[in-house]
Amino acid sequence: MAEAAKVDPMHQFTIQPMFGTEHWQIAGYNIAFTNSSLWMAIAAVALLVFVAGGMKRELVPGRWQMAVEGFTGFIDNLLAANIGPAGKKYVPYIFSLFMFILFANLLGLVPLGLVGAHPFTFTSHFTATGVLAVMSFAIVLIVGFWKHKLHFFSLFVPHGTPLVMIPLIFAIELVSFLVRPFSLGLRLFVAMMAGHVLLEVLSGFVINGINAGLGIGPVVSVLSFVLMIAICALELLVAGIQAYVFALLTSLYLNDAENLH
Amino acid sequence: MPQIAQLAETWSSQIFWMLVFFGFIFFVIGRGMVPKVMATVEARDQQIAKDLAAAEAARAAANAEEEAWRVESNRQRAEAQAVVAKAKAEAAKASETRLAKANAKIEAKLAEAEAKIAEARSGALKEIEKVAAEAAGDIVTRVAGLSVDAKAANAAVKEALNG
Repeated sequence: MAEAAKVDPMHQFTIQPMFGTEHWQIAGYNIAFTNSSLWMAIAAVALLVFVAGGMKRELVPGRWQMAVEGFTGFIDNLLAANIGPAGKKYVPYIFSLFMFILFANLLGLVPLGLVGAHPFTFTSHFTATGVLAVMSFAIVLIVGFWKHKLHFFSLFVPHGTPLVMIPLIFAIELVSFLVRPFSLGLRLFVAMMAGHVLLEVLSGFVINGINAGLGIGPVVSVLSFVLMIAICALELLVAGIQAYVFALLTSLYLNDAENLH
Repeated sequence: MPQIAQLAETWSSQIFWMLVFFGFIFFVIGRGMVPKVMATVEARDQQIAKDLAAAEAARAAANAEEEAWRVESNRQRAEAQAVVAKAKAEAAKASETRLAKANAKIEAKLAEAEAKIAEARSGALKEIEKVAAEAAGDIVTRVAGLSVDAKAANAAVKEALNG
């Protein structure tokens, strides 16, 4: 079973510097342009092309314009439902967040391995999702303290809390509030990584099953392959859902900052 | 797990490029393009609302026009009927006066004619009386050989004629 070791499900997450940029630095910090950065760039360019295609600004929209307007309308509705009229100003941020994550998740699922390229899902790295999560959390803090000053702390004391319970509730609410950036970033990272690992493990089963020769091996391969197809469909769903969850939770947190309770 | 194994060497690069590309997306796409897309949607919604309002206004105007036309036509019909009624009344009056005038003329002629007839009749009666008296006088003279006074004869005739 020497060949089994070759299918390493974690190898796909390896970050490699590209184009000989591994020594790029700013103030001593390495900023090598890696395969992760490359796929961020690809996602950004794809999103730029997608939105630019919807910029014809026709009164009667074509299909492409309709699709782009559908996404902006979706984000607009999300914010209007969760925050209200004050949510309008967050549309650019939530749209960027949602579309960037969505494009990253979907591009990471493109089966480019068939032509030898290696798609990289940078949303399966908590260093990447963490940046987005911390950014969202920072905006919540800034907006909250800007709008409500120190009154923002009343967020941690729900209405109708008995007086004796206030210290305890305050502590619990504060911790649950401070956990938000971690849960936000880790949720996306874990969901994307789990899916990709699962696909890789199953593909390992397919290869090892075939290599095992006649017998139970090919049966395992066929079953695993069928399961892979189903999980690919599931992963497409997860890609959309995780992007939506990230945008939705950010908008809910922004609602706390805008409207307190 | 490369996410943790490579953390020390890659975290700065990951954060840097994430900020670069997310910043690009936020400022160029989110701030630059999305508002334009949404403005287009807004403009379309407003256009639709405006067109609907214009159509509604046009419908109301058409209704008002029709109502005004109906009122006008009713008024004109009433006017026409008044004119007809007045003409009828005038004609009836005129024919009545002419009829009355003709009637009066006829009546006058009739009265004149009746007077003439009466005169003629009384004339004729006197003639007959006179003739009868003369005849009676003559008859008496011839039959009885008496000469009768004309006056007596007249009285006798009158008595016999008038019973």
